[in-house]
Amino acid sequence: MDALLQQLFNGLVSGSFYALLALGLSVIFGMLGVVNFAHGAFYMLGAFGALVLLDSFGLNWWLALLLVPIGLGLAGMVVERLFVHRLVALDPLYNFLLTFGIALILQDLIRLKYGVASQPYDRPDVLGGSVNLGLFSYPKYQVFVLIFSIVISVLVWLVLNRTRVGMIVRASTERAELTKSFGIDVRRWITPVFGFGIALAGLAGVLAAPMRAVNSGMGGDLIIVIFAVVVIGGLGSVFGSVAAGYIVGMLSAVGNLYVPALSQSLVFILMALVLLLRPAGLFGREEGVLA
Amino acid sequence: MATRLKTAGALTATLTMGAVLAACGGGGPQGAEGEISDDAIKLGVITDLSDIYSELAGPNAVEAVKMAVDDFKKKHGDDAVTDTIEVDSVDHQNKPEIANSSAREMYDRDGVDAIFDVPTSSAALAVATVAKENKKLYFNIGAATTELTGAQCNAYTYHYAYDTYMLANGTGTAVTEQGSDRWYVIYPDYAFGQDMNKSFTEAIEGAGGKVIAADPTPFPNDDFATFMTKAPNLKPKPDVIGTMQAGGDLVNVVKQYNEFDLRKKGVDLAVGLMFDTDIAAIGVEPLSGTLYTTAWFWNMDEQSREWADRFLERTKTRPTFDHAANYSAATQYLEAIQRAGSDDADAVRKELDGREFEDFFARNAKFRAEDHRVVHDAYLAKVKEKDDVEEDFDFTELVDTIPAEDAFRDPADSGCEMG
Repeated sequence: MDALLQQLFNGLVSGSFYALLALGLSVIFGMLGVVNFAHGAFYMLGAFGALVLLDSFGLNWWLALLLVPIGLGLAGMVVERLFVHRLVALDPLYNFLLTFGIALILQDLIRLKYGVASQPYDRPDVLGGSVNLGLFSYPKYQVFVLIFSIVISVLVWLVLNRTRVGMIVRASTERAELTKSFGIDVRRWITPVFGFGIALAGLAGVLAAPMRAVNSGMGGDLIIVIFAVVVIGGLGSVFGSVAAGYIVGMLSAVGNLYVPALSQSLVFILMALVLLLRPAGLFGREEGVLA
Repeated sequence: MATRLKTAGALTATLTMGAVLAACGGGGPQGAEGEISDDAIKLGVITDLSDIYSELAGPNAVEAVKMAVDDFKKKHGDDAVTDTIEVDSVDHQNKPEIANSSAREMYDRDGVDAIFDVPTSSAALAVATVAKENKKLYFNIGAATTELTGAQCNAYTYHYAYDTYMLANGTGTAVTEQGSDRWYVIYPDYAFGQDMNKSFTEAIEGAGGKVIAADPTPFPNDDFATFMTKAPNLKPKPDVIGTMQAGGDLVNVVKQYNEFDLRKKGVDLAVGLMFDTDIAAIGVEPLSGTLYTTAWFWNMDEQSREWADRFLERTKTRPTFDHAANYSAATQYLEAIQRAGSDDADAVRKELDGREFEDFFARNAKFRAEDHRVVHDAYLAKVKEKDDVEEDFDFTELVDTIPAEDAFRDPADSGCEMG
């Protein structure tokens, strides 16, 4: 039983990354109808951002946690203005191919500079060691990652549900035409929302740097799983993507323990089941109109 | 409802397409046009020029072969069998089908006389088949599978640098004999990992130890928490985790091993296969004290350092054992041609089989005729403490030399029928 609980906890920690990434992907998809294939590449850039800040400017991880998402958020806004928004009116495949191309270019640029080997990045000292969680002790850093990701997810949820800005964003996500008819400029919010989604990916990257291999391929391996998470959670559903992120994390961790050979396929089996039984996703609302 | 369903379908379709696109990767192989000349020796290097093994092998493996050619020309001058020695290279992207077609093009079209390197076991075995069909020589350096000198051995293929038996026999046996006899093995779930798991289990049990559990892990994988939390709770508790992961996965294992503080919980770490490039990626500190087996390291003595300095001048980096072995194999091959006075594969093969030799990479070495395993001393090594590191890439402390005759599998057990 303890072993199972511990695995579930492991799953929550790795689910933190899924949740943050799926959240950003989902917000972008909801607002723009764009499947952002470059999301994993921005996650990778987040980790490299932390690395560059430390190596070239001597700025520690805490500062990176603040600065990298801001920087990448701005970069995301530039990408939206320069490229993505020109293709929004066309078939979604165009933007899919565009972002796929951007992902490859970003990956290759990093590869050009750093090669394919991983780069060393140390964990902040304060978060070294373990904390006792009662049933078992757990690395302090990973507990921090979990709490931090929950806090961010709750904040995003509050902003979307309790503020005027959030309501406008949700309204334009779900009924763009109707929202416009109330005299609200929907376009105005598209660029910041895209930037925000990218910032979340960058944030996840910074969180990953101390505990995972930092290399040009780190995002590419993840992106397909994140897409599955978004589908499982329900397209455009903020709560759904976050919840599905943690669920998929726990599913993989438990799968690793009991059926290691299947653990990689479990998430896709779950996705297939969800699509069959609840096509709008676990937490998606059936009547919503998107894109 | 309908719109939402349509969108869900579109996303799923895009997702599938993404997977397909990602799997397709780049374009086809390209070999240089060339003509077969009786007065030219052509060496072909098939390696990973752009992906995960491109630093431990890759462009610098090609450079090592070129360096061997330059040194050969300098040494023999006007007495060399030919003035024209060329080096071709191809990126096989670690894919067996590309390795296969590249090898065919090299042998058939470009007149390549011998192929070198070929990391990734499945690709390595694909090239062995082509070498056998074409009756042309092939020196595998970069791949680990013992199949090359086992059931799939052939008269034209030599396995030069290392294999899973050497790694397992070194690390598995030594660590077990030092008293850490309860193992927990984790291995990536593909050919290399399964092969390593098998070799390690045999070595550990042969030395009187016991594998408490062996778990396959997804590949690639960035989350090893499951295995790190499982390890100290196994009954009985293992003394050591043997990780067979490579590249980015190995980095993840080591980072998370340290996160979970397993050394303090009495579970040591032993690494199946590790190159200097891996240690550079992880950093010395998280790895300090970790045992592993290597075929060579650049500052193990003066002779090696002298070569590594020249390599550094050419490439701006320190060599891995793959680089050193590519140079060594190319040199032995060229010298054999020089002695035989011919680059005919059968003549060179006769010259090499059974030959005992010694160079900066291969000590007490022999081209074993029975299975075409090239045997040489191997080294049980330990990652240095941070304070003992004196210069860049100074990572390795020698623990023990494993004599050539013990380092590799007995040919009687290999299952190789040369025919």
